[in-house]
Amino acid sequence: MITEKDVQYIAHLSRIHLTDDETEKLTTTLEDILGYINKLNKLDVSAVKPTSHVLPLQNVFRQDIPRPSLKQADAIKTAPESYKGSFKVPQVIE
Amino acid sequence: MKLNELTAHEIVKGINEKRIKPADVYSTLREAIKTFDPKVHAYAHTDDAAIAFDENHIGKIPVPIAIKDNICIKDYLTTCASHILQGFRPPYDATVIKRLRDAGLIFLGHANMDEFAFGSSTESSYLGATRNPWNLECVPGGSSGGSAAAVAANEAIWALGSDTGGSIRQPASFCGVVGLKPTYGRVSRYGLIAFASSLDQIGPITKDVEDCALLLNLIAGHDEMDSTSADVPVPDFTKSLAQNVKGLKIAIPKEYFIEGIDPEVKKNIFDAIELLKSKGASFKEISMPHTEYAVATYYILATAEASSNLARFDGVQYGLRAEPKQPRRTPIIDLYEETRHQGFGAEAKRRIMLGTYSLSSGYYDAYYLKAQKVRTLIKKDFDEAFKSFDAVITPTAPTTAFKLGEKTSDPLSMYLSDIYTISVNLAGVPAISIPCGFAKNNLPIGLQIIGKPFDEEMIFRIAHTYEQATDWHKKRVSL
Repeated sequence: MITEKDVQYIAHLSRIHLTDDETEKLTTTLEDILGYINKLNKLDVSAVKPTSHVLPLQNVFRQDIPRPSLKQADAIKTAPESYKGSFKVPQVIE
Repeated sequence: MKLNELTAHEIVKGINEKRIKPADVYSTLREAIKTFDPKVHAYAHTDDAAIAFDENHIGKIPVPIAIKDNICIKDYLTTCASHILQGFRPPYDATVIKRLRDAGLIFLGHANMDEFAFGSSTESSYLGATRNPWNLECVPGGSSGGSAAAVAANEAIWALGSDTGGSIRQPASFCGVVGLKPTYGRVSRYGLIAFASSLDQIGPITKDVEDCALLLNLIAGHDEMDSTSADVPVPDFTKSLAQNVKGLKIAIPKEYFIEGIDPEVKKNIFDAIELLKSKGASFKEISMPHTEYAVATYYILATAEASSNLARFDGVQYGLRAEPKQPRRTPIIDLYEETRHQGFGAEAKRRIMLGTYSLSSGYYDAYYLKAQKVRTLIKKDFDEAFKSFDAVITPTAPTTAFKLGEKTSDPLSMYLSDIYTISVNLAGVPAISIPCGFAKNNLPIGLQIIGKPFDEEMIFRIAHTYEQATDWHKKRVSL
């Protein structure tokens, strides 16, 4: 059972502000979707190993050789606000 | 046939024989976009001087292509059809774009899509819905609906899409074109704006199987910029086209033909099976018992990965920055929360929330870990099938294209339209959708052929044999 309080809490974890209307709608749809997802409880998977990835790859490294990368000016070009080559954000520390 | 109605291989042949000029192909396509796109809305961004026509094409493949709006083209608007990426021009090319540039392809623009590839109808695009060229009241499928519609409407010769749970194959099926999701790891994801990193693959959407093999040749291969791209040999996929299907063993999973399937879809799939039998393939019904759990598993894993991948859209690094209307928490958190409030559409919010929930403390084991375990069972169903069979054949979608607005108010029914394509992504195997006829409503039906990991050659062999014995792929829309 999902409550509006749960939805507000998940919204904050997700860093999304929701209107009251959005909160109400999401409470219903998330409840419906989780109800459907609960069909997985029919399966006993206690002895099954999880799959996070289908390829048998581990620790893919490249040679540690310096090479050209994205220039600072190019990386910052897409920022809505920047300051002296850095991303600009509101004051974080008092 | 008009130049924009040709396939890429026909155009390349024409250019080599000096019958066709690349510049004429390009201008015909531009004209077609101007004429048809107001009706179809296949493109998200197309009018940009950054895409210039280069006359020097010796030894190249100067065939115009549409690119899904989630694949980065340097300095070209790339927005995932989302408000939150408004104005974003990537500072680099995706690896697939770099490879296509090297091959001489010409970019027509970015094709429309569901916002962040979240959807099955292209209705969740911030830029407005795309329509199905075969019936403008119907959806083109999704999320690569713009790519599929552009090819079907002859507004592009071919296109790239991306497929996380069916987003290439389902729109290919709805639009009557060919769409391939390659094996996970076959094509570099570098520069593909991530949705669910363990499931996403870029793939071709084309008018026929030969073009599909040709385009896969261009984009496949190991890339050190994507640590999940597989370092395996890449064959010349066009060589598979000459082979027949004699002696091949193909499985038909019974779970794909139960409730919910349109009888006309079912009939067309079995007609296709009969045709392949007459060409020497043998078929047997099998069971893939975990099929019914695929959609539930997918919507936990894909949304969990998405909630993490989309954390980067915060009003700081790119796109939209929305000033908070009133102070709620701290200035920086208010900036994040307001930007994401205004920047994401309803489906994106829903998926980020669902993914955050299943990853949150207290629910992780019950949802995320459980889904990863069921993923193992779904993958095992495929491993078992491929011990005895060369390929698996199913419908691509349970129905033909549905009407605009039909499923937008019911997310779950929208999710279930991907019921036949999702398992393939969870298992990481390759699969194609090819046209296999039309229903009485004159909408196309798609046949899905699923292969072993890194055996796209087998898929092309079967798909091409079927295609050459039919003429569905020669049908063109008149708009």
